[in-house]
Amino acid sequence: MQKMPKWADIVLIPLINLFLAFIISGFVIWSIGKDPFAALNTMIEGAFGSTNGWGYTLYYTTNFIFTGLAVAVAFQARQFNIGGEGQAAIGGLGVALMCLMIDWPHWALALPVAIVGGAVFGAAWAFIPAYLQAKRGSHIVITTIMFNFIAAALLGFLLNGALKAPGMAAESPGFPEGATLPTFHDMLAPLGIEFSRHAPANISFLVALLCAFLVWILIWHTRLGYAIRSYGRSETAAKYAGISPTKIIIVSMLISGGLAGLMAVNVTMGEAERLVLNSVEGAGFIGIAVALMGRSHPVGVVLAALLFGFLYQGGAELSLWEGIPRELVIVIQALVILFTGALDNMVRNPVERMFLKLRKGA
Amino acid sequence: MENLDTIIQILDSTIRLATPLLFACLAGLFSERAGVFDIGLEGKMLAAAFMAASVAAVTGNVWLGMFAGIGISLILALIHGLASITFRGDQLISGVAINFLAAGLTVVVGQSWFRLGGRTPALSGEGRFGQIDLPFADALRDVPLLGPIYSDLLSGHTFLAYIALLAVPASWFVLYRTRFGLRLRAVGENPGAVDTAGISVVKLRFSAVIICGVLCGLAGAYLSTGHGAGFGKDMTAGRGFIALAALIFAKWRPWQALGTCMLFGLLQAVAIRYQSINLGEFTVPVQFMDALPYILTVVILAGFVGKAIPPKAGGEAYVKER
Repeated sequence: MQKMPKWADIVLIPLINLFLAFIISGFVIWSIGKDPFAALNTMIEGAFGSTNGWGYTLYYTTNFIFTGLAVAVAFQARQFNIGGEGQAAIGGLGVALMCLMIDWPHWALALPVAIVGGAVFGAAWAFIPAYLQAKRGSHIVITTIMFNFIAAALLGFLLNGALKAPGMAAESPGFPEGATLPTFHDMLAPLGIEFSRHAPANISFLVALLCAFLVWILIWHTRLGYAIRSYGRSETAAKYAGISPTKIIIVSMLISGGLAGLMAVNVTMGEAERLVLNSVEGAGFIGIAVALMGRSHPVGVVLAALLFGFLYQGGAELSLWEGIPRELVIVIQALVILFTGALDNMVRNPVERMFLKLRKGA
Repeated sequence: MENLDTIIQILDSTIRLATPLLFACLAGLFSERAGVFDIGLEGKMLAAAFMAASVAAVTGNVWLGMFAGIGISLILALIHGLASITFRGDQLISGVAINFLAAGLTVVVGQSWFRLGGRTPALSGEGRFGQIDLPFADALRDVPLLGPIYSDLLSGHTFLAYIALLAVPASWFVLYRTRFGLRLRAVGENPGAVDTAGISVVKLRFSAVIICGVLCGLAGAYLSTGHGAGFGKDMTAGRGFIALAALIFAKWRPWQALGTCMLFGLLQAVAIRYQSINLGEFTVPVQFMDALPYILTVVILAGFVGKAIPPKAGGEAYVKER
């Protein structure tokens, strides 16, 4: 017998967790002498009050869908991929190499190649930790953390050397004109919809939604997805059913790394139009919060990514108008991870007991 | 003699850079030996560095700063204990959360307190740990070879640096020569057996987490009031993870932890001094030096050069049998 109805597990508990995280964040805002409700108002206004705000919110959302899906796919196989940061950074290298390879005549040609570049490079960066976990039993959390630092060093080396554009900044040369992705402004103008010209949201958002759909098909409607879920639920049962742990660990981590790498399409082609140092800006880690919040399901991930997109854009507005540092968003992110991930049982146990009592009473 | 001077300078800065790593590494050692994985070393250090520098800046007393640093680190350690021991949550996720909590709060609160963009005011005088000169350091300086080693390399570090060095034999003694240490190691390998013997697994693990909090507090206080003169945003810069790497490299043993932290400290010292190193035809880029601790750790984790085997029950919450 289930301890509580499914909707309570999927909707109620995450909402209570989120509520707790928001209460404490509000307390933090109050304790530094600001008004939490005014702050919330500023965030909502800044993130959803204009097409410019929407453009930034959806731009961040795009990043977090990719990294959230990356963490979620690995979670399904009970692998904790904390290396999204590094995989996205190396994915950026793949995207940049593809974009700089030839003078692309049109973005429609550049995009598929860049997608392959980002995914392959991201997956390759996830391969070594995956292989070491599967074959040598090296803990994947530790190795992926180490690979984040190694990726940062590698990019620092390349962007100060072989890939460096002339000038002071550690960045690659600008991508050719034909590798610039259409923004929402470009896409919506032919339909007669006015959208802010300066907002960075671009066609990668649609790629992200497509990826979420493909992940859903993969995990719940294919033989491989079934194997991944079985392995994630019970290693011994999966082994007994003839599923190879080595294969599942490596394949799920390759998909995970590939998804993280795709994030680079959004930030390098869609926004900076070159590869810059630290282009990932913590999005790889936010993927952890997004996947936990979204219960590792693509629909949940997309919604949670939108929430964090809102928090990021709203947070930028907070620092602009209310004098609250952007880092407040990191605090909220930490609290969401803490409550949905680590302190989950603190909420779950009382809620389960409540449902049991209700059932007895009925 | 110029070469000797250079070597002594590099080794001297090795000790300075290894001190926070050593504190954090020993912190992780206690926690993980008791079966509680801790990837939140970085966050606890960062929060401690911030509080130590803030309190030292306001009161002008470095000791108050140090205790404040230990205090905040303890609070975070207890949150980790609550999540991973009491509520049996995922220890790794809890560690991640604590790292972000510290990274965010130090800047938000720091900006609100001092309005210096996340920094704390620069410390001077009583607000910092001063150098301690060992006895006869001046008199012995002119003795060939041993003089400079004693007077310039071993003498002249801060109080906390010596404490860190003393913490190594102390940790070894506690872990391998006391009943508490035996139980602590047992609870990381086989908590069921410890429970059967009538000893509380929860209490032991909480003690380990508390020791971890104190040591991380010292690591952070050293960074902002001993090594540096004030707190800067994200000033730990991955040291908590290097310490974690050192812990694995040392295979969860105290003396080896000393050796590894010194090695990683040396790598940092060389990287800071030389930027890139010329080996005739080939230049070693500074980024490679930065990445070397992580690469070495992956190699040792892969088990191609000696195998690092973590405590058996690490990362798992203990559920009492009924």
